[in-house]
Amino acid sequence: MSAGMEIGAAVGKTIFIVMFALSLGGLLTWVERKQSAVMQDRIGANRASILGFRVWGLFHIIADAVKMFTKEDFVPDTPHKFIHALAPVLSIFFALLSFAVIPFGSSIVIAGQSIGLQVADVNVGILFIFAMMSVAVYGVVLAGWSSNNNYSLLGGVRATAQMISYEITFGLTLVGVIMIFQTLSLQEIVRAQGGLLFGFLPMWGVFLQPLGFLLFMTAAIAETKRIPFDIPEGESEIIGFFLEYSSMKFGMFMFADFIEQILVASMVTTFFFGGWQVPYLGDGGFVFPWGSTIDMNTWLVESLRVISFVLKVSFFCWLQMLIRWTLPRFRFDQLMNLGWKILLPLSLANALVTAIIVLWIGR
Amino acid sequence: MGTVRVINVSERRRVLTFWERIYLPEVWRGLVLTARHFFVNLWRHTLRLFGVKSALPGAATYQYPEVRRPQSPRLRTLHRLAKRPDGTPRCVACMMCETVCPAFCIKIVAEEVDDPNIEKRPKSFDIDIGRCVFCGFCVEACPEDAIRMDTGITEIGALSREGMVLNIDTLLSLPPKSERGDKPVDFLQQQLVQ
Ligand code: SF4
Ligand code: SF4
Repeated sequence: MSAGMEIGAAVGKTIFIVMFALSLGGLLTWVERKQSAVMQDRIGANRASILGFRVWGLFHIIADAVKMFTKEDFVPDTPHKFIHALAPVLSIFFALLSFAVIPFGSSIVIAGQSIGLQVADVNVGILFIFAMMSVAVYGVVLAGWSSNNNYSLLGGVRATAQMISYEITFGLTLVGVIMIFQTLSLQEIVRAQGGLLFGFLPMWGVFLQPLGFLLFMTAAIAETKRIPFDIPEGESEIIGFFLEYSSMKFGMFMFADFIEQILVASMVTTFFFGGWQVPYLGDGGFVFPWGSTIDMNTWLVESLRVISFVLKVSFFCWLQMLIRWTLPRFRFDQLMNLGWKILLPLSLANALVTAIIVLWIGR
Repeated sequence: MGTVRVINVSERRRVLTFWERIYLPEVWRGLVLTARHFFVNLWRHTLRLFGVKSALPGAATYQYPEVRRPQSPRLRTLHRLAKRPDGTPRCVACMMCETVCPAFCIKIVAEEVDDPNIEKRPKSFDIDIGRCVFCGFCVEACPEDAIRMDTGITEIGALSREGMVLNIDTLLSLPPKSERGDKPVDFLQQQLVQ
C-alpha cells in the first residue's frame, strides 16, 4: 500500500471515530435529559429555540456549549494551577484515545487496497484499552488533589479507591473472553464472533460468557463513575472531585463521563455482542441457517456492519442511561463489598470455569 | 380513648428475602418498570405528534407559562381589598388583620370619616408581600370581609424589596379571579417591577 494512501486512510478513520464519539457524546447530553424526562412522565428540556423551531430541545446541546464557554472560569487559590487545568484534559484525552482500537467495521477495498475499519489494529488491543482507562483515573485524582480543597481531595480519593477496586473485576471478566477467542486483538475477537453456535445462535460473547457479561457491565458502569456508582462525584450531597471546577473545565469532566459511557458501550458491543457483526451476514451477503441466502455486494455489507455497530453502541448507551435513572446510589461500604466480596470472587470463578471448559473442549 | 400504637423504627425494618438480597432480580424489576414508562410515554408522545388527539398525554406535567394548572377555589393567592357598591373601600381600619398577621407585614394608617356608620377608613394600607406567609389569617380576622385572597395571582415578583410592598391603590384595583377569568394581570409590570 502506498504511503500517501495509508496516511489518508488513517486520517479518515480517525476523523470518523472521533466524530462518532464526540457527536454521540454531545447527543447524549440531550438524551440524558430527555430520556430521564420521558421515563419520569415529564417533558424535559424543550425551550431552546432558533427562529421558533424547538425540535424537541435539540438546540439545548448548542445552548449548553455556549453557556459552558461563556461562564466565568474560576480557578481556586492553588499552587498547582497548571495541573488543575491539565486534569480535565487528561480525563477526556485518554477516554478518546481508547477508541483507536475499537473496530467499527470489517474492511473495505479502495483501489485494490484493503483497509481495515479500525484506527489501529494493535494485537494487544485489550491491554491498550485497560492502560488508557487506568491512566484516565489520573485525571480524576489530579483534579481532586490540585484543587487545594479537602472535599475535592476526598472525592479524588474515593474515585481512586473505587476505580482500582473495579478495574480488577473489569480485567478478570475479560480473561474469559480472551481464553475463548484466544486473542487480544479486538478485530480478531469480533471476527471470531461471526460463527454460529448450534447452527443458529450467533457466537456472540454474551452467549458464551453470560456471567462475564453481567460482571463486565457492572464493573464498566462503575468505571464511568455514574449512578449507581457515582461515589466520586455525588454532586447532590457528598461533593466530588470537580468541586473547584467551573465553566468548560467542568464541562470537560462531564463530557468525559459521556465519552466513557460510549466507550463502555463500544466495549460491551465488541466483546459480548459481536461488534460490527450482523447475525447471519457473511462477506457475500446473508446466509440464513434455514438455507436461504441473499447476495449483496461488499459496500452494502460493509455499510450494514458499520450501521449495526452504531446501533448496538446506541442501544447500550440507552441501557446505561436507563440504569443510571433507575437505580439508587450505592453506599461506599456497599460499593466496596460488592467490588471485593462479590464481583471479584465471581469473576475469578468465571475465569476458572471458562478455563476448564476451554481445556476440556480443546482436548 | 383508643390505644395508641407505638411503632419502633427497628420493627419496621423488613427482613429482605434471598432474592431481594441478591439484588439482580430487583434491578431487573426496576429496569422493566422504568423502561415500560419510557416506551409507553414515547408511544403516546409519538401518537400526539402525528395528531392523534385521543391519545393520552405522555407527561403528567403542565407546560407552565403557556398552560396553567387549574387552581382550587380555596387557594390562597395575592390579597385584594374589596370595595363597597359605591366604590369606597370596605375596610374600616379596625386593625384586626394587622394584629393577627404572624409576619407583621400589614401596615395600616387610619383616618376618620364623616359618615357615622363607618367612622374610620384606611388612609394607607400596605402589605409587604415579601414577608407574607400566605397563612390567610388576615382574611379570617377581618370583620368586614374587606381583605380577600381570591385574585388567583401566584406569580409575584419585583426587582427590589420596596417593590414587593403593595399599597392601597393596587390592592383596591385588583379584580377577583372570578371576574378576571383566565385573563393574565399586567399589574406585575406596572406595580411590582419598579
Ligand atoms: S396572609 Fe398571613 S402573613 Fe400574609 S398578610 Fe395575611 S395574615 Fe399576614
Ligand atoms: S381586618 Fe378588615 S376591616 Fe379591619 S383593618 Fe383589616 S382589612 Fe380593614
